[in-house]
Amino acid sequence: MSTSQVKKVPYLLTTPGVLFFALLLGAPMVMTFLLSLHSYDFNTGIQTDWTIANYIEVLGDPYFQKIFARTFGLSLLVTVICILIGVPEAYVLSRLSSKWRSIFLLIVLGPLLISVVVRTLGWALFFGGNGVLTMISQALGFGDEPVSLMFTFTGMTIALVHVLVPFMVISVWASLQKIDPQSEDAGLSLGASKMTVLRRITLPQAMPGILSGSIIVFALTASAFATPAIIGGRRLKVVATAAYDEYLSTLNWPLGAAIAVILLLANILIIVSYNKVIERRFANIFE
Amino acid sequence: MQKLGLTALIFHAIFVIFILAPLVMVVAVSFTDKGYLSLPTDGLSLRWFYAILDNPDFIDAFWMSLWLAFISASIAVIISVPAALAIARHKFPGRDTISAFLLSPLMIPHLVLGVAFLQFYSSIGLGGSFFGLAAAHVILITPYSLRLALASATGLSTDAENAALTLGASKFTVFRRITLPLILPGVAGGWILAFITSFDELTMSVFVASPATQTLPVKMYHHITQTIDPLIASISTVLIVLTFIVMLILDRFYGLDKIFIGKG
Repeated sequence: MSTSQVKKVPYLLTTPGVLFFALLLGAPMVMTFLLSLHSYDFNTGIQTDWTIANYIEVLGDPYFQKIFARTFGLSLLVTVICILIGVPEAYVLSRLSSKWRSIFLLIVLGPLLISVVVRTLGWALFFGGNGVLTMISQALGFGDEPVSLMFTFTGMTIALVHVLVPFMVISVWASLQKIDPQSEDAGLSLGASKMTVLRRITLPQAMPGILSGSIIVFALTASAFATPAIIGGRRLKVVATAAYDEYLSTLNWPLGAAIAVILLLANILIIVSYNKVIERRFANIFE
Repeated sequence: MQKLGLTALIFHAIFVIFILAPLVMVVAVSFTDKGYLSLPTDGLSLRWFYAILDNPDFIDAFWMSLWLAFISASIAVIISVPAALAIARHKFPGRDTISAFLLSPLMIPHLVLGVAFLQFYSSIGLGGSFFGLAAAHVILITPYSLRLALASATGLSTDAENAALTLGASKFTVFRRITLPLILPGVAGGWILAFITSFDELTMSVFVASPATQTLPVKMYHHITQTIDPLIASISTVLIVLTFIVMLILDRFYGLDKIFIGKG
């Protein structure tokens, strides 16, 4: 084999993928960006001018500001709750005997394979006015009024935590597996309390997993559509449902495109800055 | 290794109940004998499972999803296997860029992909077509199959291949008889993961699917936003059972944790 022949091979092998992606991913993304720079008229449709008015409207209008703030708050809250319950659960899983661990890993990770529509439906059944929540509250004597978490921020938070917490568990669990159990035994035999070992030895080593789990949960909450659409409905719009309405109800595609571009940029910004932090702070752990 | 205390076990039990509760709820409601949403307090009934048979829309959507997932997962594997071999086994200028490009859909929210495809297809006259839907799904799921193929192709020894080449086997024979069998577990796992991701996808498909190409999640979503009835619960129960079977198979052969690490 000559050298020039060797060099051609990898390009030939990647060509189908690159061509397919350039045509069917590159073109639509560029078109969406260009669309966001056109203005829209409710009588004549999409104009041919170039303007950043859509971005000014999305970032300046209190209506959209509220939606972005709600989405950001929701993502932050869901991420914090996922850390609070996902990290201990990953720790418990790592301490179970291998037989129990494989059973519970299946239970915790399995829902990721089930459509998010089905999982959200389960919470909608709980939250509805004549749902189980009402029955429980009546049985406990909290009065006869139906309790409904449908179309509430609380309901949306609970359902999203349920949908996304497996990502936190798996990512923390992966980093806990890399810990040498002897480092904990060493701490214990040197007289540290169990709590100190947990705080000073286990937790710092699990940190990369907690961070990467947080970033996944945050990014997926920020762009979540199905759960906010079903549980939050029209009353509690988030960025994704707002963009959906611009495209399919109001038909103001350029404005919807601007929302989509902002969502994409925010997403990339979060992921890239996270990677930077990881590279700098945890370089020694990944060696 | 430290033993778990009682507090830890109680926490664990509550966590597991939290995870299972909505699924158990769906299954319970689907067995109701009433005409409305309720728990089956007066005995179990299969009437809402029979009701699925009277709703060919849902059955059509199910076949549509299955066919779509099969086609797009297969195309994704055909694209990603050669790419994975190139990226894992060759050093060449632009390697990292190509790899990042083919994995980039992981960083793009499904909603953004959805609106981009909606506009793109309607401007080139492919709006609502099955071809368009399948191509969009291929873009979405290729990173999953690429990643598993990459994992199995990385660090693969070339000794057996070189031996076969020396002994006069053609390049294609070497690929078919040696390379492919070696990476097959990763390729098959990637196909299954791509298949499931495509089958479950809602957010992007809501924008791309037309009434003629409605997938099951899209059909279910539109149904739920109109009305929540025991029918949707019985359909969901069927899905839960089917997914559970696939999950057991996947776990048996690969380990669910290995498949999901880094998914997202």
